[in-house]
Amino acid sequence: MSVEFDRKIHDTLGDANLQLAIYTSTARLKQGRIALVGDEALPDYQELRTQANAIKKHTIENLDHYLEEFERNVVARGGKVVYCKDGTEVSDFILGLAKERGARLIVKSKSMTTEEVDLNERLEHHGLESVETDLGEYIMQLAHEKPYHIVAPALHKTRYDVAELFTRNLHVPNETVIEKQTMLARRVLREKFLAADIGISGANFLVADSGAIVLVENEGNARLTTSAPKIHIAVAGIEKVIPRAQDLAVFLKLLARSATGQLLSVYTSFLAGARRPGEIDGPDEFYVILLDNGRTRLLPDREKRQTLYCIRCGACLNTCPVYRKIGGHSFPWVYSGPIGAILTPQFMGVSHEPGLPFASSLCGACGEVCPVKIDIPKILLDLRSDVKKAEARDGQNRLEKLAFRVFAWLMTHPRLYEMAGRIAASLAPGGDGKWISSVPAPLNLPPVRAWLSQRDLPPPPAQSFREQWRRRQ
Amino acid sequence: MIRDHILHRIRTALGRSAGQAVADPPPVRLVLPDVDPEARVRSFTLRLETLAGKVHRVATKEEARALVAAAIEGKTAVASNAPYLAECGIASLPGVESGITGRDRMQERCSAVDVGIGSADYMLADTGTLVMLSSAQEARLVSLLPPAHIAVVPLERMLTGLEELFTLLPRPAELTSSMVLITGPSRTADIEQILVRGVHGPGQITVILVG
Repeated sequence: MSVEFDRKIHDTLGDANLQLAIYTSTARLKQGRIALVGDEALPDYQELRTQANAIKKHTIENLDHYLEEFERNVVARGGKVVYCKDGTEVSDFILGLAKERGARLIVKSKSMTTEEVDLNERLEHHGLESVETDLGEYIMQLAHEKPYHIVAPALHKTRYDVAELFTRNLHVPNETVIEKQTMLARRVLREKFLAADIGISGANFLVADSGAIVLVENEGNARLTTSAPKIHIAVAGIEKVIPRAQDLAVFLKLLARSATGQLLSVYTSFLAGARRPGEIDGPDEFYVILLDNGRTRLLPDREKRQTLYCIRCGACLNTCPVYRKIGGHSFPWVYSGPIGAILTPQFMGVSHEPGLPFASSLCGACGEVCPVKIDIPKILLDLRSDVKKAEARDGQNRLEKLAFRVFAWLMTHPRLYEMAGRIAASLAPGGDGKWISSVPAPLNLPPVRAWLSQRDLPPPPAQSFREQWRRRQ
Repeated sequence: MIRDHILHRIRTALGRSAGQAVADPPPVRLVLPDVDPEARVRSFTLRLETLAGKVHRVATKEEARALVAAAIEGKTAVASNAPYLAECGIASLPGVESGITGRDRMQERCSAVDVGIGSADYMLADTGTLVMLSSAQEARLVSLLPPAHIAVVPLERMLTGLEELFTLLPRPAELTSSMVLITGPSRTADIEQILVRGVHGPGQITVILVG
C-alpha cells in the first residue's frame, strides 16, 4: 500500500462529519435498491441479472462485431464515429471540431468516461469553456475535485460547503437553503445551455442495431445537453455496446433500481443521430467517440474481462463495508469502491496502487448486488495474485517469499511440522489460557509485530490435534 | 488508422478475425404481462403521483380542454404541434402559442413561457412514464424548458411497460432521432441527498388521460 493511500484512508476515518455523510448517503441508496429488487417488487430480478450477464458476456466476446454494427448504423443516419486510444486523442478531436465550427462554450452532462481522461481540464487548457451541468458534477467542478461516488459525485459536500463554493465562484450572497442553491444553479446553467455551441454527454449504452446512444438521468441536464446545442458529441467506452434496442427492457429495469432505488430514472433518452428532416429541434451534428483508454488490455483474460460488463450503477459502493468507511477520495483514480478496486489496477497496471485489491474484506457483498453479476470478489483475488507476482518480479518481499517457502516445506514434512508446533507452544508466553497479543524478544520480528498489531493468537492447546487423533485411534 | 488499430487489438485479444461470424446472442427477453385497462390506469396514476406528478382522468376532449384552460389561467404556454392537442381545442386556447416550426423560435419561446403542453406517443403503466418521440409534431424542448409540463394523452396509448414498448417499437431509431421516457418531474438529490424538484427540467408534471 502506498503512503498516499494509507494517509487518505486515515484522513477519512478521522473525519467524523465525513463518516456520517458517507454512511447515511450510502445507506439511503442501499435501502432504496433493496426495496425495489425484493421478491414482491421484482419477482424476476434474478432472471434479469442472468440475462443481463449473458448479453454482456456475448457482446464482449464479439466486441469488434458489435462495434462495427453500431458504427454502420450511426453512419447510415449521417452521424460520425471516432475511435480514440486515449484522452489526448479525445481532446484533439473535440478541439479540432471546436476550432472548425468556431465553438467556445461547451456544456457537459455527467460522464465517468470523460472524468477518466480529464476532459474538462484538457479543453479549458486550450481556452474553451467546458461546464459540467449535473448539479453534483457542477459542484465538483467548482471545487476542483473528482467525483466522490459514481452516481452521487458530491456525496461528501454539505450545504455549507456548497454555499461557500457558490459565493466564491458565482459572486452571489451566502445561501445555505438547498432548494435555493439548486434553483440558483438552474439559472446559471440554463444560460449556459442556451448559449452553448457543443454538448458533450457520456453514454450508458450504445445500441448496435440502432446506432443509438442511451442516456439515463434524473435532472434533465443530459436532455438539455443533447437537445439545445447544434453539435452533440457522446463519449463512451468501447465496452458500452449492447446488441439490440430490445435488450434495454432488461438493462433499464436493473440500472435505476440498482443505482438509486427508482423504477426508472426520470429521463431515459434514446438518441439516434442528429435531428431529421421535419423534426423541430435537436442537434445538427452527431458524433460518438469510442474510447479505448486501456479497455482492450482487459480482453485477453477470460475471467477478468467481465470487469467490462459494468453498467456504473454504484450498487457495489453502497453495500461495501470498506467503501463505506474509507469513502471515494481514498481511491487513487476516478472509479471508487469494489468496481474501482478491480478497474483501476487493470486500466493503470497493478503497481499504480498495489494496495487496492487488498482494500476489501472479501465479504462478497459487491458480487451479490451487482446487476450484471460481475464476480468482483474472484477478480480481487486474481489481482492480489497479480500484485504479488509483480512484486516478486521486482525482487520485492524476499523475506515474505522465504517465509512462505519455509512454511510450505514444514507443511509437507509431518514430523518436522509437529516438532515445530511443540516448540512454538513451549515458546508461547503466558500459559494462562489468554489470547496472545505480543511475543517476547527473540521472536519479536517486525513482520510478527505487524501481524499481531491487528490480530491476537489463540493460546496453545494442551494437546495438538495430531496428538488427540493418535490417542483416539 | 486508429479505428483499425483498436479493432485489430480487440480481435487479437479475443482470438477473432475480421468479419468472423457471430453466434446468436441470447434470445430477447420480453415478458408481456396481462393487465386490464383499468388496472393500467390505476398503476400509472399511483406511480406518477408517488413521484409528485399529477394525474387527471377525463371522459371527453372538452373536459381535457377545460382542465388545461384552468391550469394555465393567467400563465403563458407553448403547445406542441401534436394533432391531438388541436383535436382537443387546446392549441387554440387563449394564452397558448402553437404551430411553432423553427428551432430557434421554439427554443426562445419554451425558455420564456410558464407551461409546455404536449401529448405523448405512449404511456407506461407500471412506471408512470410518458414516451415521447421527437418529430414535427412533438419538439424535444416543450417537455423540457418550461417549469411545468402538461401532457394530454388518449387512454388507448397506455402500455403495460417497457416490454410492451420494445415489442411495439423494436427499433425506435427507424422512427425518430430521439425517444425519451419521462418518469416524473426533474429531480436531484445531489446536495446532502435532499430531494429537490425542477433542477433543470420541469418541476411539475401533469398528465391528463382522456377516455
